Amino acid sequence: MSIVEYPKRAVFQTSRLAPTKILAILSATMLVTTVLSLSIGPTGISLMSLPRAIGAMLGWSDDLEAQRDRLVLLDIRLARTLLGAFVGAALAVAGATMQGLFRNPLADPGLIGVSAGAALAAIATIALSNSLLSPFAFALGAYALPFAAFFGGLGTTWLLVAVASRDGHLGVATLLLAGIAIGAIAGAASGFIAYASDDRELRDLTLWSMGSLSGASWIKVAAVVPFAVAIVLISPRLVNALNGLLLGEREAFHLGIDIEATKRWAIALSAAAVGAAVAAAGIVGFVGLVAPHVVRLMAGPDNRIVLPASALLGAILVVSADIAARMIFKPAELPLGLVMAVVGGPLFLHLIMRRGGGIGE
Amino acid sequence: MTFGVLAMVRSVVVAATLSAAPAFADSVAQSPIIPAASQSRLLSIGGDVTEILDALGYSDRIVAVDSTSKYPESALKTKANVGYMRALATEGVLSVNPTAIIASLGAGPPDVVKALKASSIPYVEVPDDPTAAGVSNKIRVIGAALAQSSRADALAASVEAEFEILAKESKILTAKKRAIVILSVQNGRAIIGGANSSADAMLALAGAGNAAVGLNGFQPVSDEQLAEFAPDAVIVMRRTGEGSTKTLEAVASLTGLQSSPANRSRSVIEMDGLFLLGFGPRTPAAVRDLRSALYPDTAAPPARREP
Repeated sequence: MSIVEYPKRAVFQTSRLAPTKILAILSATMLVTTVLSLSIGPTGISLMSLPRAIGAMLGWSDDLEAQRDRLVLLDIRLARTLLGAFVGAALAVAGATMQGLFRNPLADPGLIGVSAGAALAAIATIALSNSLLSPFAFALGAYALPFAAFFGGLGTTWLLVAVASRDGHLGVATLLLAGIAIGAIAGAASGFIAYASDDRELRDLTLWSMGSLSGASWIKVAAVVPFAVAIVLISPRLVNALNGLLLGEREAFHLGIDIEATKRWAIALSAAAVGAAVAAAGIVGFVGLVAPHVVRLMAGPDNRIVLPASALLGAILVVSADIAARMIFKPAELPLGLVMAVVGGPLFLHLIMRRGGGIGE
Repeated sequence: MTFGVLAMVRSVVVAATLSAAPAFADSVAQSPIIPAASQSRLLSIGGDVTEILDALGYSDRIVAVDSTSKYPESALKTKANVGYMRALATEGVLSVNPTAIIASLGAGPPDVVKALKASSIPYVEVPDDPTAAGVSNKIRVIGAALAQSSRADALAASVEAEFEILAKESKILTAKKRAIVILSVQNGRAIIGGANSSADAMLALAGAGNAAVGLNGFQPVSDEQLAEFAPDAVIVMRRTGEGSTKTLEAVASLTGLQSSPANRSRSVIEMDGLFLLGFGPRTPAAVRDLRSALYPDTAAPPARREP
């Protein structure tokens, strides 16, 4: 796939910031955000207590204060920071990949029905865990929901590829239309289940659909690690092919890019990333749209920089939004998806009105 | 988007925060006993739990409550609020520094409850069945956890006695009325308590039938469905602490109720939500109020007005 070698400067060179500079700025911001996320919380425990918390973790001290520091700093804040960073990075990379694949700056993993499929499976689990699905829910306990969301996302995507394939060829337009149709069907099924559920299930459905990291735990962090690795491994293979696609499908083909393989990898990557993110945090919107968009404004459309920078920016956005979510109404907590939408919506609107920097504009 | 339908149903949810849920009595583990030294800063989660703690004389020891704890009125105003009981945050809960947590079984999300139970703070789970027996059970569970069994037994016994008197009095009711309980009206659609809801249980206790027994839980219904229910009386919820002529107006404008016996006899009863559906120590009084509003002509003992 790496037959195509681009001139290092000529093609995408604009007056924008150099890629290394952007990555450096974003990495530094990520570091600051992480430190903030570890030091800010409603309990008021700061990072100064970290040595004591680590001591408690290693079993050096078992007094109650130290145990509490350990619980708050390591088991709660560190776990939710890592989970938030993963969710943000996964959603942003999936968004950037979809935008590259569909050559449309407004594309979003939601377009190929992944989120709708993941949501349907999750909603079914919440609503039917006391009846139809109780053996499944009982066997997996608290992990039934993420498990279902992940495989729901993957299953929908598989169905989509099966529907949109013709003689081994995946038509992008067919993919998009079929994705919208499958998304609508999954949405209707979700609505039907929601309509038939009782009020407790409805409350859980609603809260889940607003996204949250408040249930972060080390087990959830461990569960998303394979997906983080998959993103890191797959996305570099896609970069050159997606850059080729910027020119158009035919042009990319003549550049020697294996278009069909690219489409399948891109879809698989997005399905895995979004499925895992939805499973970990529920529905968190706008990251997949805003992060790649902002990066393209800063760095131009070269996917060699767009993919890694989007991952960093997505992580920064979600971790910062999560800090706000836990602090604004402390000790109560706002749903993360709400904070993200409040920040992301106007930001996105602003970007659209400036009409800056998208692909194909 | 995908959640268009969900967004519609979301409004139901906001209104339904007061209602009770199916019983999970078998999953209640042996509750811990909170040592006297740890009773100084209690976190109370659930409107019923807060009421019971208040009735047992523990309101001074409560440092924080959840957003459904609307009675006594001082609870939400003077205590910290950890948010809605189904959307707790681990660190938020820890930040009020509770020495013990007493929570309804309806508290959530499950991950957070699990994390709280794993912490060193004693966590007492209170069952939440919407039945007469459920009320005294809640009181006894909380009393046992606070090592106040005798006080709790006395309170539970008086609640039980009141329920017994109510049941005896209800026997003189010959013609059962069929009523519906409207939780709220959203976009011209009424949300009504069907079978297995706390509203259904209250109607039964007050000696009335539920005209909407074909529904399960709280559900929005169409005007046509409402017309088919043809209730003899309509009970409308008032959000605790709010005057809601608005809901009354909205109910009056429901086309489906125009031809109902309730409309002809002007039997629209408005009651405080938590009082009516909370299933706490005030429930016998709520049953009495509801019954005397439903059967104004029956020579039952005078209603004890809601506080």
